[in-house]
Amino acid sequence: MSDFPAIQSHLGDYVSDFVDFLDNALAGLFDFIFFISSRTINGIEAFLDFLPWWLFLVLIFLLGWYFKSLWSGLLYAFFIFLVGTFGLWEEMMMTISIVLSAVIICLVIGIPLGVWMAFSKGFSTVMRPFLDAMQTMPSFVYLIPAIFFFGLGNVSAIFATLIYALPPVIRLTELAIRGVDPEVVESAQSFGSSRWQMLTKVQLPQALPTIMAGVNQTTMMALAMVVIASMVGAQGLGEQVLISINRIDIALGFEAGISIVFLAIIIDRVTGGVADRFQKHRRAK
Amino acid sequence: MANSKVKIDHVSKIFGSKPKSVIPQVKNGKSKAEILEETGHTVGVYDASMEIEEGEIFVIMGLSGSGKSTLIRCFNLLNKPTDGSIYVDGENIVEYNSSQLKKFRQDKIAMVFQHFGLFDHRTVLENIEYGLEIKNVSKEKRRQIARENLEVVGLKGYEDKYPDELSGGMQQRVGLARALANDPDILLMDEPFSALDPLIRREMQLELLDIQERLKKTIIFITHDVNEAFKLGDRVAVMKDGKVVQIGTPETILESPANDYISDFIKDIDRSKILQAENVMIKPNALVSLKDGLKVAIKEMEENGISSVFVVDRSRNLQGIVTIDDAIEGIKEKKSLEDVLNQDVTTVGKDEYVNDIIPKALESKYPLAVTSGNGRLEGFILRVHVLSGLVAEEVNESTEYHG
Ligand SMILES: Nc1ncnc2c1ncn2[C@@H]1O[C@H](COP(=O)(O)OP(=O)(O)OP(=O)(O)O)[C@@H](O)[C@H]1O
Ligand SMILES: [Mg+2]
Repeated sequence: MSDFPAIQSHLGDYVSDFVDFLDNALAGLFDFIFFISSRTINGIEAFLDFLPWWLFLVLIFLLGWYFKSLWSGLLYAFFIFLVGTFGLWEEMMMTISIVLSAVIICLVIGIPLGVWMAFSKGFSTVMRPFLDAMQTMPSFVYLIPAIFFFGLGNVSAIFATLIYALPPVIRLTELAIRGVDPEVVESAQSFGSSRWQMLTKVQLPQALPTIMAGVNQTTMMALAMVVIASMVGAQGLGEQVLISINRIDIALGFEAGISIVFLAIIIDRVTGGVADRFQKHRRAK
Repeated sequence: MANSKVKIDHVSKIFGSKPKSVIPQVKNGKSKAEILEETGHTVGVYDASMEIEEGEIFVIMGLSGSGKSTLIRCFNLLNKPTDGSIYVDGENIVEYNSSQLKKFRQDKIAMVFQHFGLFDHRTVLENIEYGLEIKNVSKEKRRQIARENLEVVGLKGYEDKYPDELSGGMQQRVGLARALANDPDILLMDEPFSALDPLIRREMQLELLDIQERLKKTIIFITHDVNEAFKLGDRVAVMKDGKVVQIGTPETILESPANDYISDFIKDIDRSKILQAENVMIKPNALVSLKDGLKVAIKEMEENGISSVFVVDRSRNLQGIVTIDDAIEGIKEKKSLEDVLNQDVTTVGKDEYVNDIIPKALESKYPLAVTSGNGRLEGFILRVHVLSGLVAEEVNESTEYHG
């Protein structure tokens, strides 16, 4: 057996230098992201805190009823109630706040990027490898720059979640816009639509069902990041899971874990229901 | 020329990475297939020129891939021509900047699509008002206009349905109403009825003619169906491999197809519904006037080898017909031309369709006299020609009708 020759590259060092550089050069940007993220999360959390627990149950029930069925509504409300009985109500609210904030920021960033990619082949080509990397890179890796830029806490968690959960909404938005029937686009064009009118009145509405599928995926991925994100200080259910691991506390681990599963089921079904609703009047071709 | 609404002048459209570079090669007479092979460019349309009059239905016809869609998309610049100019009301629209183009599309021209191109996230009414909506017409006004146009196409009561809830025929009516709602001068229709089944298609054709009767738009209509082309078209352009091979009225194309491609194309068309008496009549060599007398009549018939001759007065109004038998009999019995004149002649107007003449020809003993509006004799039609479906003179065409 021969040893690998003494050639060394320092890719990791370069990346580290690059991150240093970014931290200095883009300090303003990171402050801005920090500001926006913490604002969003605090706002949502304050709102959820302000809701009495029973009203929250009613809201969940109504969502389930409206987008799925009466029984689903009841079941979802029961799930939430169960989490409360585990003594994890506050943690659940925290988790919902983080996930919602991440999703909202994902949509705000992701949909315009997706639209841009649909319109510009060049931009799309540039973006694609980044999206691939974001999706396939082990998600722990994002935690390091996240701490570096934002310190321990919820904002870091959102940042790491963002990077992980952003690609599906971007990709599906691009796909959806490109997938709009060319004859429909031409017919809008033939009436003299401006670019903006075309986008808002025809392309986005036509693309909405597919975009909603992206929203659903993004939400699920954000939820999947909850435990990992707790390693950089995110509070909530993920943190409880992490604690239970450290203490080898099976009871807590199970309760926190099943709570996350409940949330996942509810979020998946409700966003799926919203997507179906948009699909309703679509051709059955 | 003064009143041509749309004039396209040497328009070419080439698809590929460097379309302009290919133009010289096409000019040198290379075929579409050669160009594709050598340069990878597709010739969509090459060197098309035509003038379209205000208020006419102008049909562009050709086989699949002949460039019809490519050409019609040039009229509203969904395709920008690689070369050439397009004048609408005297303005070259190819040189329009984007805001001029937007205005042109909003005000002057609208299009109806083969697969309807409806917005399936909008209701029928919202579809129809789209063109007005993007012009910022007030909601109330555009609703009202949309309703009116929905009525024009006979879909009252379907305002709040979604396109997917309608049949194909109804969807295309919505497409038509949407185009009409903008009150455009020019209506582009790219195979609008091709996706519909034959019965509905016929119904829609008649309705289009009906609507056109009232609205008098300039309509550019595309089809690959000859019968549809000749039924609707005031004039028809025939395309092949991206080139315009003939432009003319249905009658002229039928009577003198420019080449074999067109003859082939029109082979299976039902001529009797397109040709008028005028197109199949024979101009009389021999005519006898009342005062000429029997002897002249007989001489005329003998010289021309015919067995009967039409008799006219001084202003060529038809008086009747004499047969050679009656004339010889008449001379023996010392009768005048007037005495043996047979007034039982069937006359047809020169713009009557051959199809409508057939029953008359069945009943008549003599050739049919063709007269113009004021009763003047223009020509005659031999019964055998009508009945056997022959077009006068062109004996060789009879081979097409042997079956
Ligand atoms: N966007 C495009 N890019 C490349 N080639 C095209 C494009 N559009 C049309 N063509 C080519 O141009 C030629 C003419 O096509 P076009 O669609 O105009 O035919 P058509 O007469 O409308 O046929 P059909 O009856 O099938 O609709 C074809 O060879 C087609 O492949
Ligand atoms: Mg076509």
